[in-house]
Parts: sequence; C-alpha cells; structure tokens
Amino acid sequence: MTPLIDYILHLADSTLILAQRNAEWCGHGPVLEQDIAITNISLDLLGQSRNFYQYAASLIGKDATEDSLAYLRTEREFKNCLLVEQPNGDWAQTILRQFFFSVYQQLLFIKLENSKDEQLAAIATKSLKEVNYHVRWSSEWVIRLGDGTAESKSRMIKAVDGLWTYTGELFEAASYELLCSTEALREGERAESESVGIDPSSLKEVWMKKTAEIFEEATLSVPENKFMQTGGKEGKHTEHLGYILTELQYMQRAYPDSTW
Amino acid sequence: MVTESSIDVKKIWEILATVNDPEVPVLTVIDLGIVRDVQIKNDLVEIIITPTYSGCPAMDAIALDIKLKLSEAGYKNVKVISILSPAWTTDWMSEDGKQKLKAYGIAPPNAKQQVCHNDLFAPNEAVQCPHCNSYHTNRISEFGSTACKALYQCDDCKEPFDYFKCH
Repeated sequence: MTPLIDYILHLADSTLILAQRNAEWCGHGPVLEQDIAITNISLDLLGQSRNFYQYAASLIGKDATEDSLAYLRTEREFKNCLLVEQPNGDWAQTILRQFFFSVYQQLLFIKLENSKDEQLAAIATKSLKEVNYHVRWSSEWVIRLGDGTAESKSRMIKAVDGLWTYTGELFEAASYELLCSTEALREGERAESESVGIDPSSLKEVWMKKTAEIFEEATLSVPENKFMQTGGKEGKHTEHLGYILTELQYMQRAYPDSTW
Repeated sequence: MVTESSIDVKKIWEILATVNDPEVPVLTVIDLGIVRDVQIKNDLVEIIITPTYSGCPAMDAIALDIKLKLSEAGYKNVKVISILSPAWTTDWMSEDGKQKLKAYGIAPPNAKQQVCHNDLFAPNEAVQCPHCNSYHTNRISEFGSTACKALYQCDDCKEPFDYFKCH
C-alpha cells in the first residue's frame, strides 16, 4: 500500500460508512420527503465511494476490485473517520453528523479539485456538485431544529454534546494525508494546491467559521476546548464499526464470491 | 457483418439515439448529454459516457443497453468507458430532450446560471408546471424519486410533479 492508495481508501471508507448509516433510515424517516432526502444523500455518498474504490483498485492491481475493498477488509483496515460510524440516534443526531461531514467534504473537495492527480481531481469536482446540496439541506435542518421548539432544541444540544468530540479528527492529518500533501512541497517547486492530497489541518479554520455561523443562526453554542477522540483514520475505531461491517459484509462473508 | 473499413461514426451515433434512459424512458442517452465521444479503433468501437450523479444506478443498465443495441446492429467489439471529467451538467441536455420531458410530465431543468446557488432557505426557483404552464409552483422537497429530480406542486392546478433539477 502506497500513501496514495491509503489516502484514496480513507476517502472511500468515510463515504461508504456514512452512506450505510444514512441508508438505515430507509423507510423510517420522520416524513416521506425527508426519508427520500436522506436516502438520496446516501446514494450520492455510495456513488462517491464507488468512484474512490474503483480508482484505488486500479492502483492496487492484481485481484483488487471495488467490491473486494468494500466487502473483504476488516475493521482495522478501514480508515473512515469516527464521526461517520456514530449511530443515527434521533433525527437531530443524524442531521448534525451530516452537517459536520458535508461541510468538511465541501471544503476538502474545493481544494482537491486542484489535485495534481487527475482522477482525484475529477472525483472531487463531480462529488462537489452533490455535496453542495447536502450542505444546504443539512444547514437548513440544523437551523430549523436548533431555533425550533424547546423539544427540537434540547435534542440538538444533546446531539452537539455527543458528536463534537469526533470533529477534531477530521482536521488532524493521518500519516498518509501528510505524505500525500507534502510530497509536492518537498520538491520545492509547487504550491500546496498542486499536491496530490490535502493537509486537512488547512481546512479547520474555515470549517469552524462556517459551523459557528450556522450555529449562531440555530441559537446553538459551539463547545469550547473539549477533548477530541481520534484514531479512525489509522484504523482504531469505536465499537460501532464492527456492527456496521457485519451487516454490510454479510453476504460476501456468508457466500464468498456471490454475485447478482 | 460489419467489417473493419465500414464502421461509420455517424451510424453509431444514430444507434445511440435509440438507447433510452431506463429511469426516464422518454429521454435517449443523447438527449441527456451523457455520451461524450465515440472513437473507432480498427474494429473496436469505444463509447465514452459520463454519469449524471455519482450514485446513479441507471449507468450500469445504460452501458449494458448500449452494448446490446450495437451488438444487434452487428458491432461486436464495443467498449463502454465511463469518465468523470468534465462533470455532467443539465446544460448538456438537448432542447429536444427538454421538450420531451415536459410532454412526459416532468418539468425540464432551468438554465444553470439562473439557479445554481447555495443560499439557505432560498426562495423557490420559478419552475413552470408541465401540466398547466403556471409558474405558481412550490418546492415540496429538494430530493425526489431519483437523484436527478426534485418534487414540486402546482398552486394553480394542484398537481404534484417532478422537476429535473439544475445540476
């Protein structure tokens, strides 16, 4: 595994796991239109993960396929961030998780559009059009619930309390992120915008600003100086990922090489 | 039998114009603007397509359909290649396609520069009802029955309808 393959896999894994989480809402949304909305977002994320997995498989070669990467890797091999594997909880938790992740994705893909890796740039440009919808939809919901009734507000506050600790990891570079984003700088001739990957710490300030803006409109407080839980991007997960993979990988584990 | 020298690119495009989108069957893949190029390499026909949305489940069916239709016409050596860049936009949809959509009961996409913004709680863009032509319409949900559509309702004739959203 080269740093580039690890870098692509971490993007693929995060989108796949959030797609799987959101798909759990299918048939259970609070109203039909929002049930359709969250599963549409799930489908967008699944499509994005397929593009990343297909690219990673082509670089790995041998027998690797998008399916083998999604269905036959173990928890410790998955590099998704901890945020996306957190349980759906209530609608407030699902919305907030989507908002945190979509804003991060938006900022990441705006930079990744200029990656010197053409395929990563193409996936970023394609995905960004979809992510823009997700950011708008989830922002509106954070405001609607935060600045809504006493009940909806208390649920949003609880969601912030539960999920904030998983946001720090988004901006803490894993080893492969660092290697992919500094390679060009070491060559001493290209700006960061022309490296392969992005150092996620460069996204933190804008992400905090955007989050603070939406939280202010939603009459929610941004937590200060809280402990941040990390490790997912290096394969150290919360207990939830194992259960997600058990369900997601069941068919391939029970009936190896089965196809539709 | 089609021989090496007889492959005519124009003929290929004509056949492609008979391949429909399985989810919006009034549109052909040409109307949608997802066929980006046709390349002939000796007896190999390469069809370059691009997905509408990353997760569009119709793409696999479309690739299969293209192969089938070309095979029926005698072109056995066909490769369908999917590319992501440049990213698909509704601006690539043909005028003919937009008319067909409307006749089918789906409001065609507005021009992109007119509507693609990211403002929160933005007023609904003016989408014309495909049934009674009224502009008094309301967005019910930004997400519809497929990734490419939003759900609207007409305030005048009261009919709900799909809007093929600008992308």
